[in-house]
This record gives sequence, structure tokens and C-alpha cells, in this order.
Amino acid sequence: MSDLIRLSAAELAAKLSAGEVSAVEATQAHLDRIAAVDGDVHAFLHVSDSALETARGIDERRAAGEQLHELAGVPLAVKDVLVTTDMPSTSGSKILEGYMSPFDATVVERARAAGLIAIGKTNMDEFAMGSSTEHSAYGPTHNPWDLSRIPGGSGGGSAAAVAAFEAPLALGSDTGGSIRQPAHVTGTVGVKPTYGGVSRYGSIALASSLDQIGPVTRTVLDAALLHDVIGGHDARDSTSIPESWVSMAAAAREGQSGEVLKGLRVGVVKQFSGEGFQAGVEQRFAETLTLLQGAGAEIVEIDAPHFEYAVAAYYLILPAEASSNLARYDSVRFGLRVHPQGGGTVEDVMAATREAGFGPEVKRRIILGTYALSSGYYDAYYGSAQKVRTLIQRDFNAAFDQVDVIASPSAPTTAFKIGERVNDPLSMYLNDITTIPANLAGVPGISIPMGLAPEDGLPTGLQLMAPVRADDRLYRVAAAIEARLEEGWGHTLISQAPALGGK
Amino acid sequence: MSEITPELVTHLASLSRIDLSPDEIASLTTELGQIVDSIAKVSEVATADVPATSHPIPLTNALRADVVGETLTQEQVLQNAPEQQDGKFVVTAILGEEQ
Repeated sequence: MSDLIRLSAAELAAKLSAGEVSAVEATQAHLDRIAAVDGDVHAFLHVSDSALETARGIDERRAAGEQLHELAGVPLAVKDVLVTTDMPSTSGSKILEGYMSPFDATVVERARAAGLIAIGKTNMDEFAMGSSTEHSAYGPTHNPWDLSRIPGGSGGGSAAAVAAFEAPLALGSDTGGSIRQPAHVTGTVGVKPTYGGVSRYGSIALASSLDQIGPVTRTVLDAALLHDVIGGHDARDSTSIPESWVSMAAAAREGQSGEVLKGLRVGVVKQFSGEGFQAGVEQRFAETLTLLQGAGAEIVEIDAPHFEYAVAAYYLILPAEASSNLARYDSVRFGLRVHPQGGGTVEDVMAATREAGFGPEVKRRIILGTYALSSGYYDAYYGSAQKVRTLIQRDFNAAFDQVDVIASPSAPTTAFKIGERVNDPLSMYLNDITTIPANLAGVPGISIPMGLAPEDGLPTGLQLMAPVRADDRLYRVAAAIEARLEEGWGHTLISQAPALGGK
Repeated sequence: MSEITPELVTHLASLSRIDLSPDEIASLTTELGQIVDSIAKVSEVATADVPATSHPIPLTNALRADVVGETLTQEQVLQNAPEQQDGKFVVTAILGEEQ
């Protein structure tokens, strides 16, 4: 295997700016890797045919003495929920097969401006509805640690791409855990920024009050570097926070010394343990807390009584918003058009198109959302769910009066087998119990590798959450913990992933 | 006991413009019944004194100057059209024979 693909983005970037490696070489190494292993992993829905040309342009600009961004020339995988002008954008759905956007999502535009090389579009659950990537209309992605298992979802493609060394950086979207839970099951790093911290312009909408775009990487510093590229105010997204942000990369670099852990107050939510949590996940979490205490942190038990209502509230708010957002797939201006047998009116064409173009989970959630918003049920369901959202925010506020960060396992279990839960929506939904509260409250969250579960040898992730706008705190603390854990292991967790492609 | 019936699912499918098959209506009736039973618990804590939150970060209206911004060309607008003619989208008949 080429050493180039094993480098972190920060390491590769250093070699690129030192002139030791060209952007063409870096891009070719990752395209070769995709060609070698993606038949097994299926992280990508589309691989760019212009990436090498873009890389050549970066090399020429660098050779001409132009001062480029520090990440210029580093390959980037883009979740298919983000629209791109040079590759199709389907959001994992048949209804958008072949769709070519006339504009780039803001995060993609910013990544290109920084000189990142978009090498492909990654697989996902259809319209980001799912926790396993099995609901992609284009077939599942396989977990690089065990190809018979799920890579998490909805952003399983982005997580698997970085875990399989097909790209050092990827973009994801997190509506209820779609960045953090895939990070957990693939031994990688994923960040859901503060709601409004990163533009959603050009992100194919699932649930607009919950969706947030963020970085998917193998190291905390890489995530911070990518966050700095994509973050900040965007006038084209009216929910974008009109404020400036400190550098996340500076925070991550500062955190690596571990100084931040001294006197850090770490909250542990008592509702996030016990039933449903795998023993090996709980064991690694307990060990991590011990390590934190050893480094001078104080562990504080937090009571968040309304977190147990979070999954229920989420599965009312998300379908309600999704049923409205997905009304745009009406066969008129873009996307699939199916004519019913014997013809019919535009309404019949719409119904036939949506029947043929949407998969079972999408239909399930549209129908559920339509129900939750129906007259007579609105107050009992959607109205109540919005009140639960207030109560969960209050739980977070009370917790952050006592602690600096909240820690939990990023998901209750390690990667399950492909097919195991696909026909049991309720058990699939409960998988998001640890990640959903952050989306409901808008607070930032990160997942970093926390070790392999002893019983199955599969990755587990540590989730950290911080108050709204305190994303830099997450990077500072996560970088400190990452350094401590790797010091204890004597290696990175991802270096323990099995070889792929028989090489 | 759930109030989700096949008739209700059929009605919701028609509101959602999805031409569900009879098999899908049957399986969705069962699945939605289970899901609704499990999510109905939100009403336990959603008392009258709790205000609703629709948006996680309070922001006032985001406004911009009323000037022409970036726009798409007609060609860009039509590039993904399922059917087009003379620079316009072709749409199936709006009204049926009975209308």
C-alpha cells in the first residue's frame, strides 16, 4: 500500500507544501486505492474524472510561487447530500439519479477555493434517513473493519472512505448522528458543529432545523483543519450564525499537550448507560474516564431527565420537516418522472413517480411526518415534540452550568451485521439515542476512537459535547484525549484495521 | 392500541402523493402503529407551561438588500428537466377528464 494514503491530511499537506509530493501524486494514490478496494467497500457512488486535472492546476499554481492554503492538493470525499457541479448529486435516491447541480454547495465551494481536490461522492442512506447506509438506493457500504458489517449511517460512505484510506478527508451531514455514529463504528473522527456554524446552502435538505454539515477524518487535527475551511457565516443560508469563529485547528494543536485536561469538568449523563449498551462499549468508556481522571479531569454525574424523550421527539420533528422538504420531488422541474399506466393528470404522475423513486424508509418517514402534521394530531405530536426540544435544551443548560464538556459513548453498540436491523425500524432508531440530543439542542458534538470492544474487536467511539458556539473547546479536549489514548495504545486505532483488497 | 388503520395510511399516502401498493399499505400500517406507540410518550412531559422550540439557535430575520443576486440561466434551470420544450418545462395535464 502506498504510504501517501496512510498519512493524515496534516502530514500530507506538509509534504505537499514542502514540495516532496505533488497534488497529482497524492490524488493518483487515492484514486488507485479506490480502484483497489472500493469494489469491496462501496464507499463511493461516483469517482471524479477531473480530479487529476484539478490537482495538476494546484501543482502549477504552487510551482508558480502562489501562496496556497495549507490543505491545497489534499483529496476530499464529498457526501452525496452535498451538491456539486462536476459530479452527480443524488442524496442516495433513485429519484435524483443523474441530477447535475448548476451550483456547488457552499462547503464544497470553500473546499475548492482552499485547493482541496474533490475526488468523489460518497454513499449514504437515501436522503440521509438511516443509521447503516443500507437504505441507499445504490446498495450498502461495507465497514472496512469487517465487510459483513454496517459502516454506520447515514454517512457510512464518508466514514468508510476515510477508514479505508480512500481519502484523508471527507464531508458529512449530521441530522441525528449521521457523522458521529459512523465515526464510532469505523474507528474514525467525526464532528457535528454547532447548528448554524457551517453553511447548509447546497445540502439537500432532510430536516432543516436539525441538519448540520461537518468534517469526517482520521484525526482530530484534520477535522479541525477542514472545519476551518468550511465554517463561518454564509449569507445564502439564513440559519447561518453571523459571527466569526476562532481557529479550530489552533485549538486542536493547543490541546495536544494535554494541559486542558487538568481541572476539566467532564459530565457523564446517567441516562446513557445500562440497557441497550454493549458491555465492551461501556468498558472502554469507563477506562477512558479513568484515563481522564488520571490526567487531572473531574468526572461529574449529570442528570438529563428528558434525554429519554429525545428519540421520540426526534422521530416526530424529523419526519414532519422531511415530509415538507421532500415535497419538492414532484417530477416537474427535475428528477425522475414516471407516467402511470394508462396516463393520468400531473397529480397521478407525481404519485407514480414518488412511489417508484422513493425507497421504503423514505416513504415510511414521509407518511409518519404527514400524520404528525395532520390537523387534530399536530398539537399532540409535533407540538409536544417541540416542547420536548425546549426541555432537552434546559437539561443541557443545567449540565453546562456544572461541567465544561459532556462525555458518552458515541453509540450504544459496535457495528452490527448488514441486514440485521434493516426490517426493524424501531431498533434502528434507538441506535441514535446518544447522538440525537445534540441535534435537538443545536450543540456541537465530536466522536473520536476510544478503542476496540473486547468481545468483538470492533471500534468504539467517545462522544464529547460542548455548549453552543464552543466547538473550539471540543477540538481542544478531543485532541488531548486522542493523544493520551494513542500514547497508551502505542499506535493509532485505525492502524489496527485489517488490510483490504488482499494487499 | 394504535389508531393507525389501513384507511388512514391510504389517506396519508394520497396527501403525500405516493401511490403505495396494497402490500406497502399493509406493512406501513403495522410499522407506523408500532412507531407511533413508541413516540407518543412525548406528550407525557410536554405540559402547557413549556414553550415550544422550533429552531435550536435563536436568530432574528436574516435580511439582505433587495437587489438582483446570483441567478441561473434558462439553460441551467432546464438542465435537469424531465421534459422541456421551447425553453419551458413540459407538465402533464393538470385537469382530468371529469374536471
